[in-house]
Parts: sequence; structure tokens; C-alpha cells
Amino acid sequence: MTAAKKPESLRDAYGKALVELGEKDPDLVVLDADLSGSTRTMLFGQKFPDRFFNVGVMEDTMMTIASGLALSGRVAFASTFAVFAAGQAYNYVRQSICYNRANVKIVATHGGLLVGPDGGTHQMIEDIGLMRGLPGMTVVVPADAPTTRAVTFAVHERAGPAYVRLTRENLPTVTDGAFTLGRASELHAGSDLTIVAVGALLARGLEVAEELAGVGVSVRVLDFASVKPFDAPALLRAARDTGAILVLEEHSPLTGVGALVASTTSENYPVPVRRIGVPDVFGESGEAWALLDAYGMSKARILEEAWELLKLRGKVQ
Amino acid sequence: MAGDAPAALIEELEARARTIRQDIVRMLFAAGSGHPGGSLSVTDLVTALVFHDLRLDPTRPEWPERDRLILSKGHAAPALYAALAERGYFPRGELLSLRQLGSRLQGHVDRNKLPFVEASTGCLGQGIGIAVGMALDGRLRGATSRVVAVLGDGECQEGSTWEALMAAGHYRLRNLTVILDRNGIETDGPTESIMGIEPIAEKFRAFRLNTLEIDGHDFRAILGALRAAREFPDGPTAVVARTVKGKGVSFMEGQHSFHGKAPSRAETERALRELGTSLEAPFP
Repeated sequence: MTAAKKPESLRDAYGKALVELGEKDPDLVVLDADLSGSTRTMLFGQKFPDRFFNVGVMEDTMMTIASGLALSGRVAFASTFAVFAAGQAYNYVRQSICYNRANVKIVATHGGLLVGPDGGTHQMIEDIGLMRGLPGMTVVVPADAPTTRAVTFAVHERAGPAYVRLTRENLPTVTDGAFTLGRASELHAGSDLTIVAVGALLARGLEVAEELAGVGVSVRVLDFASVKPFDAPALLRAARDTGAILVLEEHSPLTGVGALVASTTSENYPVPVRRIGVPDVFGESGEAWALLDAYGMSKARILEEAWELLKLRGKVQ
Repeated sequence: MAGDAPAALIEELEARARTIRQDIVRMLFAAGSGHPGGSLSVTDLVTALVFHDLRLDPTRPEWPERDRLILSKGHAAPALYAALAERGYFPRGELLSLRQLGSRLQGHVDRNKLPFVEASTGCLGQGIGIAVGMALDGRLRGATSRVVAVLGDGECQEGSTWEALMAAGHYRLRNLTVILDRNGIETDGPTESIMGIEPIAEKFRAFRLNTLEIDGHDFRAILGALRAAREFPDGPTAVVARTVKGKGVSFMEGQHSFHGKAPSRAETERALRELGTSLEAPFP
């Protein structure tokens, strides 16, 4: 599992998976808040118009309606952009979905800075933190299209609330699409350093691992798409085996996977941890990938931080 | 509207409502906190629903064809608990555990603690959307069951209430009834001096709800409106029920100070006396 393949749309993978699920599960319903073309729920809506509800620009009430459908015995998928799903509708998700333990799957597209030109208002960098703080919520951040497909099936299968964060940009395929909730998967073996990554930055992490392999440094790369439940044993094994961890996420490390990795290691097996993500500032308009570089998530920056950690551990000079 | 409900039925409902009001006062005194004003104002509406209008079977709480009651104003929990206990869903003695650690009777209704509650509510502007979702499900299934959502008037200041009403009208949910407990008072004072919601019936009509206005303490009017809602063929019905905050306890009536405050011992004794019982009377 090395060379990245051509970028593919996570949103397309989600929309197609919904159609497949719709064929198999007559109780499946899908909701959207006037973004069904962007989120790709339209694919389901065209196929199953009776079970598709485009409620217009009312994200709060999309969540409560989804809850009512779920409390009636259905599985409800609700989609919109991450800033609306997790931000705008937070307390509706909290009470009507999580507190009620409603079987609603929120699949939010347009997470992170890669929203690009729409700017800071729409670039959601706090959603992983908000959603993983909710009791009973499953949180998943797939890094490519095959994983997105598998995740859509996995959250459908598992009863209870879930939040899935997708990226607007097409992303290179870096996994074989195998996914199990609560399991991290190792995409690159290594013993000198561990890179823990979710979402769009996983591919960059793998590139860095291969580059370092060229100079004799062996880097383990773990895909932590399953943020909650979280594979703490895999993280702690990595801490023991490699002695240092670098976290990559297109999200604020204050509350995201960086915070989770730092707290889990410090409580159980303290090792040096460095966190790369969106610093504690809002984003701005710009070309999507240029924004990642401008906000400290370039491949060069990842290499630099990796090198710092390797030096700290005495693995390189 | 109506007027043809048999006198015996009206008398029975009035007696039930009186017992429920007594229980509400006892529960809130035992808990030492809670919301008497909005529980007492909604009592007659909840009584009419739980004891007459709704198709319910306490021996089969999970019956798929049951009607659904969503208390969107979840702080009126004591009224619903007292009605469900009186209807036989659980022992009345349990009412005194309200708000205590480990109790099924949470401060705001909780379906995961007390399964006879259809949806957990409390933060306002949410139960009404859940009711819309349930009504959509009922229509998809071709079910004959009905969904009734009870709203508070302060809750009508919440934007999401109007989102849900817009959806109810848009989807023409004829299996949905929305009842507004229009007691006129919210936590800090009268709704119309804080953030006026009038003309509320016209607003409901503008959102495409068949809208009726009644005295929310007149059982004949309540039963008539609920039946009219069932019979209306073209969409959801809203019932604006004009009520009195704290109804049945003279010193609580119309007082915002009893929106979210439990009565003292002296106040409880006085309230129970007015309701025809006493703290010393055997309970349950």
C-alpha cells in the first residue's frame, strides 16, 4: 500500500453507497438541507424520491426531523456541510439525536480548509472536537473514496448516532477500503516514528514516510479514520514501538485528533507528541491545496516536524 | 365546534385533571425545584389527550399503531408524568422521585429513562421537529396513528419552531396536530412584553396550518378541537389553546415567578387545600 492513486471524490463514493444501501434497506431515509447536489444525496433522491427529504435551508430542523424518523424505527442519513451540521445545528444534534439515542447518521461534507475559495466562514475546523465530545456519538473521518464507501456501510450497520466528516476535494486513494469501527489501520510499517493521520492529510503523511524511508528512517503510518471509538491499543503500541508520534489533521489540534492522541498517550504511555493541524485561527479564501500549505500543513512542514521528533529521540543527528 | 361530548365524560376528565394538578404540586414540593406554572396550564390539554383523544394502550406501550404525544415544552414534564401514572403506565408512588438522583422522572422528559415518553425534550424548538419526522414516517408507512406535539408559547420565539411548522405545512401532514399552550407567560414575564408572538393564530395560518382557537381549560372545546384536527383532510392542524399559567392554584395563576420555582411547604399546603386535598392525605 504505497503509491497514491488518482484522486477520487469522497462525496461521490458516499452518494453511490447510499443508493446501494437504499436498495437493500427499505427503512433507510435520507435528508438534506438544500445542498443535495454538493453532498451527492441527490443520487439517492433521484432513485428513491419517497424516502428523500430536502428540507431546504433549515439545518437545525433537519436534525430534529431526522430524529423523529429514526425514533419511528428508521435509519436516517442527514447531510449538509460540516459547518452547518456540527456548528449551526450543534444543540439539535446534541439533544434530538445523541440524548435521544436516535439512529441518525450525519454525513457532513466540506470539512476543513479544503473548502477553499468560500473562505473562513465555511471552513469548519472544530467539528471533530464538537462531535467527539458528545456522549454516544460515533465519529469517523475517512481519508479516501474506498474508505468513505466502507464507512457509509459501517455506520448504517451500527445502531446509534454517527458523524462522518468528508472532504470537498477529491483525494488520492491510499487504502484498500477495508474499514472497521474502532480499529486503526497501519498503511506503512515503521519503528522510528509514528504518524497518526485522518482525512486529507493522510496521503501527505504517507509521502513523508516514503521520503524518510529513502534516508533510512522507518516511519509507521496509522489511519485513525475511526476517531470515536478510538483504537487506543494501536496508538499505545505505536508509542511503545516508536517512541514518538506526529499527528496530522485538517482541523484544530486544540480539540481534534491531536488532543485525543496527546491525552491518550500522556495518561497511559507518555512519549513526545507533535500536532500539525489548523492553528487556532479561522481560515480564509484561497485555492484549496494552497491553503493547506499556507496554514502550516505543507509536506515540507510535516517533514520538518518529523525530523524534530527524530532528533529528540536521538534517531537522527 | 363540538359541544356534544357527554357530560359524564367531561366530569371524568375534570376529576382526572384535578388529581393530576394535586400530583403536580406534590411532586414539585418533593423535588424542591421544577416548573409549576406551565405544568398546571397544560394539564387539561394533556388530560384530554392521554385519557380520551389519543389511541394508547398502557399494556402495550410499544404498540406500533399507537398515537404519539411529543411534549415539545419538556419542562412541563410533571404534567405528563402525572397523567401517565394516572393512566396506569407506572405506579403513582414513583411520582415523588421527580428530579432525584437515579429517578426515571428526569427534570425534562427523557425517553431513555422512562420508555413511555416518545421523545426526550427540554431545550425548546426541537420536539416539534421530531413530531414532524414521526408524522412523515407515519405517512410513509401508511399508518393510521396520529402525532400530537404540545408547544409552549415562549417556545414560539425559537426560530426552529417555525422551521418545523414550515415543514409541517409544506408536507401537508394531516396526521399531525400542534397544540399551543398559550398561557401568555414565560420565565421573565409576559411573552408580549418580552418578545411578542401575536398574532399567533395568523402566523400558524400563514405557515399553512389549519388553525383553531379555544379555551384550553374547557374540555368540551378541547375535545372538539382535537376531533376537528383528526377530521381535517388537507394538512396539519394547530390548536391555539388560551390557558392560564398556574391554573388551579390562585396564587400561581398568571404569575411568572412560578414558571420555574417549586412551592414552599406553606405554599404547597395552601395549593393542595385549593385543589381539595392536603399534604397529610394518603399518597398514592
